[in-house]
Amino acid sequence: MADDAGRLYGKPEVRIDGAAKVTGQARYASDEPVANPAYAYLVTSAISRGHITGMDLAAAEAVPGLLDILTHETVGKEAKPPVGPDQKPTTTTLETTQVWHDGQIIAVVVADSFEAAREAAHRVVVHYAPETPSATFDSPGAEAEVRKTDEQHKDPAKGDAPAAFAAAPVKIDARYETPTQHHNPLELFTTTCVWDGPKLTIYEPTQTMYGLKAAVAKQLGMEPADVRTISRYVGGAFGSKGAATSRTVWIAIAARRLKRAVKLVPTRDQAFTIATYRAETRHHLQLAANRDGKLQALIHEGWEVTSRPSSYNVSGTETTARMYACPNIATKVNVVHADRNTPGFMRAPPDTPYMFALESGMDELAHELGMDPIELRRINDTQTDPVDGKPFSSRSLMKCFDAAAAKFGWAKRDPKPGAMRDGDWLVGYGCATSCYPSNIGPAAARLSLTPRGKAVIQLAGHEIGTGAYTTVAITVAGGLGLKVTDIQVFMGDSNLPPVPVAGGSNNAASTAHVAAKACEEIRQKLALAAVQNNAGIFAGADPSKLRLTDGALAGPDGRREPLETAVGRVAGGALEVHVENVPEGLPPDAAAGLYQGKMAMSRGTGRKDVTAYAFGAQFVEVRIHALTREIRTPRIVSAFASGTIVNPLTAYSQYMGGAIWGVSSALHEATEIDLREARYVNDNLADYLVPVNADIDHLDVIFVPEEDSRVNPLGIKGIGEIGIVGMNAAVANAVFHATGKRIRKLPIRIEHLL
Amino acid sequence: MRPFRYEHAADRAQALQLANGPREATASAHITAPIQYLAGGTTLIDLMKLDVMRPEVLVDINALAGQHGAIRADASGLHLGALARMADAADDLVVRRDYPMIAQSLELAASPQLRNMASLGGNVLQRTRCNYFRDPSWTACNKRHPGSGCAAMDGVNRKLAVLGASDHCIANYPGDFGVALAALGATVDIEGAGGRRVLAFEDLHRLPGDTPHIETNLKPGELITGFTVPAGPWTRRSLYLKIRDRQSYEFALTSAAVALDVEGGVVREARIGLGGLAAKPWRSHEAEAALKGRPLDEAAAHAAADAALAKAAGHGEATFKIELGRRTLVRALLQAHAMEV
Ligand SMILES: Cc1cc2nc3c(=O)[nH]c(=O)nc-3n(C[C@H](O)[C@H](O)[C@H](O)COP(=O)(O)OP(=O)(O)OC[C@H]3O[C@@H](n4cnc5c(N)ncnc54)[C@H](O)[C@@H]3O)c2cc1C
Ligand code: SF4
Repeated sequence: MADDAGRLYGKPEVRIDGAAKVTGQARYASDEPVANPAYAYLVTSAISRGHITGMDLAAAEAVPGLLDILTHETVGKEAKPPVGPDQKPTTTTLETTQVWHDGQIIAVVVADSFEAAREAAHRVVVHYAPETPSATFDSPGAEAEVRKTDEQHKDPAKGDAPAAFAAAPVKIDARYETPTQHHNPLELFTTTCVWDGPKLTIYEPTQTMYGLKAAVAKQLGMEPADVRTISRYVGGAFGSKGAATSRTVWIAIAARRLKRAVKLVPTRDQAFTIATYRAETRHHLQLAANRDGKLQALIHEGWEVTSRPSSYNVSGTETTARMYACPNIATKVNVVHADRNTPGFMRAPPDTPYMFALESGMDELAHELGMDPIELRRINDTQTDPVDGKPFSSRSLMKCFDAAAAKFGWAKRDPKPGAMRDGDWLVGYGCATSCYPSNIGPAAARLSLTPRGKAVIQLAGHEIGTGAYTTVAITVAGGLGLKVTDIQVFMGDSNLPPVPVAGGSNNAASTAHVAAKACEEIRQKLALAAVQNNAGIFAGADPSKLRLTDGALAGPDGRREPLETAVGRVAGGALEVHVENVPEGLPPDAAAGLYQGKMAMSRGTGRKDVTAYAFGAQFVEVRIHALTREIRTPRIVSAFASGTIVNPLTAYSQYMGGAIWGVSSALHEATEIDLREARYVNDNLADYLVPVNADIDHLDVIFVPEEDSRVNPLGIKGIGEIGIVGMNAAVANAVFHATGKRIRKLPIRIEHLL
Repeated sequence: MRPFRYEHAADRAQALQLANGPREATASAHITAPIQYLAGGTTLIDLMKLDVMRPEVLVDINALAGQHGAIRADASGLHLGALARMADAADDLVVRRDYPMIAQSLELAASPQLRNMASLGGNVLQRTRCNYFRDPSWTACNKRHPGSGCAAMDGVNRKLAVLGASDHCIANYPGDFGVALAALGATVDIEGAGGRRVLAFEDLHRLPGDTPHIETNLKPGELITGFTVPAGPWTRRSLYLKIRDRQSYEFALTSAAVALDVEGGVVREARIGLGGLAAKPWRSHEAEAALKGRPLDEAAAHAAADAALAKAAGHGEATFKIELGRRTLVRALLQAHAMEV
């Protein structure tokens, strides 16, 4: 009967929180009303490496309304050091006098008003003992190390790749680079802390309600039960709010010292340094094939920048090694430590940069072979994971290519680079494979149903703009046989049952399965009570045959008992269940870990039975002015097969947003670093470019139907990240087609084409 | 941002009186001036929030729009009040028809919200977007702190100047409208404690030299009241071509303001400005001279572009702008030549 939960899947459903959002009723963390808050403003370091030798606070303290200044000296010992997104050591802030990176939090100024706090912060004078910092790759003093394999990261390998590469008749050997990028969600990294005796409430936009709670409790030496996190709506996250950051404990401590609520709304430029980012990467890719196009060797080595103390890395070779049938594979990943903040998750963290290399390389190889790039992918398509031979749970890659190619008009492409032109504009067509592993985690939820046919589901889920409230409502409505409008969904509060971090595109799968399970438990309870009740119409019937449908409990013969009776029989006010769902393959203690903020995840690449990925194909037309070389993208077509689509309306938004971000990442986005000072320079939305409406014209998204019963019972693969993955290479490949110039370093700009 | 006093001026006389107090005050010659006129605030308030500008007094001149906000064209030329909004001038039908370069320079700038807010007077006094200037945590910036050095010289400087820069500052003038005014030989009307004066727009801004912190030739307390663009047979065949990384809402990497008076395929007169490339709104008399009396073909356009950029010097990342600037001008000239007027 669990299938009933999917009854309403695939039908476009408007967001149940849409009205609240567009009318300003939706409360983002810093909108939550708290009594008499004081305001915090961060002082951040102006050097990237060295020590603080002292601070002159007198001028700041003289500002009317100033309440407190937290520094290393006043509060440094009150919190334990934080951990990074990988749960391992990371850069510190007020704990010591050490400066690890530009823009590190070094003091927190608290005042009666935001304006007074800001003014006082601007009056703090900091004395440093600076040391020469290392900014990035190739900077003197940057330390490279080979990333060791561990639970999280493997180095997929097979056969003898170097020998096969040497022997093959056609090959490419190329190096690629991707830049530093910042998420720049519109909502900043706010934190508001309120104490009630020993209990702390934190209002903070987060993708990890329980993770944040656990992290803060640990740093402050508190019982997790005494920490509550609230984050009902998140104004964009993209991974940037996927892990706790240093700021939170200092705001908690500030509030404790003042015995008053403290609210922090940091600035845009601080967002570049107090949270995470996508680190710059480098790639050495070697591909070899026979003349028929069959791949013989794939060697992919990556380099990623991280901070001094952290070894955070994304290791996208796990994905690139699995894309195409290839008998010989070798992969390796290196991390390079520099004087930078610790990077973290950003939309499709491993896949976006690593697939740029692989999919550019495939295009180069197709060119070498004189073969259509789609045909090269077709020849090397496979239904088994090339690394370990497991079957893909499903893989509709070529269906995606065919659907997108037809819509795009790929057949009109003259394969010769530089051959297509429209007046003053050079025209290029490019395409690339997109993919994202299908992940699912354990989750818990509380569901109640009233005799009047209204249901309430509660779970500490995360609405980061994806439409998470609505996905859950659709599932419960299906499972209980109600209308979507009959369902109330509460999320974003750690007092509710835990779900995993909203990352890795697991959210829809994890929350839908626990919601479905809760519905099934309610159905069972009602059915059992109904058949055991001698006076009822279902007395003695088989309870497994009774379904919840159209506001009633219904039998196979069409007899119906209204919910009023069916629910009223077991509960006067509401029937409530609390359920936990642990996906197959995860240890039974995975649910217990969830309550402690630990993340157990069934990952698409780590499973025993199958390898699970969603696939897609992305196409783009670029136009490049023959003289001044501006690059435009008038047409984008993407096709994706991601298993069950819960809500096509919000899925479309995710895919579309991902594709636009892909263009952004290929042509616009890069955080510029001053190499001498290891400091970010364009740390504002005027200089950190993202596309505007005028840059995106025709954009098509094709849903390629796909049923996958192996990925998980409801067949949900997740759609949040796949939309960006192929676009970087698709754009670069189109630029090559238009101009004959192969640009292997992103973003591609006018100066590269002059 | 620091505390400041807000003063509202009802008219010009009061504005001048408020801005010419006992302490030396100037609206624009020095970013550290303690008194600043406030028009749309889209440059000024931004820089105050960034703690780059710390005025003690703001004199709000928006109420002067009645006196100095008109847009009017007559036989002598186009008269633009300093408090006309960018959007009003860009949308004006006469401006669009007779001075398309002016309209385009405005409508290709900033965003609709900013154009509704920003005044023409404030626009020409907008300040460089050099990132090191806009972030006071960088200590070396001669424009903010004379003598402190120039962090951009060997730093992130992709967007900065290749024309008119000095060893002390390579900041570029980022605006568009000012480039059109320079190209068309406009004048600027100025009122000060000592009365009225008229300055060639080309002389309003100064080259950085060794005093990049002094950006204009305005005297302390002086107020810009308007601009006059002289009429000429070239204004109708004019355009503003702006090249940038994205298609809207971005400053120019390079731009070309071109006006041509063409007779039988031969250029009688040309008016040429360059944007994004230079330390101040740039008029290229060299390019104009290169075109005068020549048929406008590709060779002539290239010759003019070569002349315009002949003295250009690149610094690091910005060096590509020399070539891009040439191509921008070539394209603009050919496009202007092809215009139906
Ligand atoms: C995100 C962003 C993007 C932008 N993009 C572009 C672009 O693409 N192209 C472009 O050209 N511009 C662009 N701008 C700049 C914008 O056009 C200017 O900020 C605006 O025109 C300034 O006008 P204002 O009236 O707001 O000036 P204000 O900020 O009020 O004043 C600016 C300065 O001029 C002084 N001042 C103002 N009026 C007078 C006067 N009448 N007499 C004497 N002094 C005066 C003030 O004291 C102040 O120092 C952009 C700005 C932003 C914020
Ligand atoms: S270019 Fe000019 S504004 Fe920029 S840092 Fe150098 S001196 Fe300052």
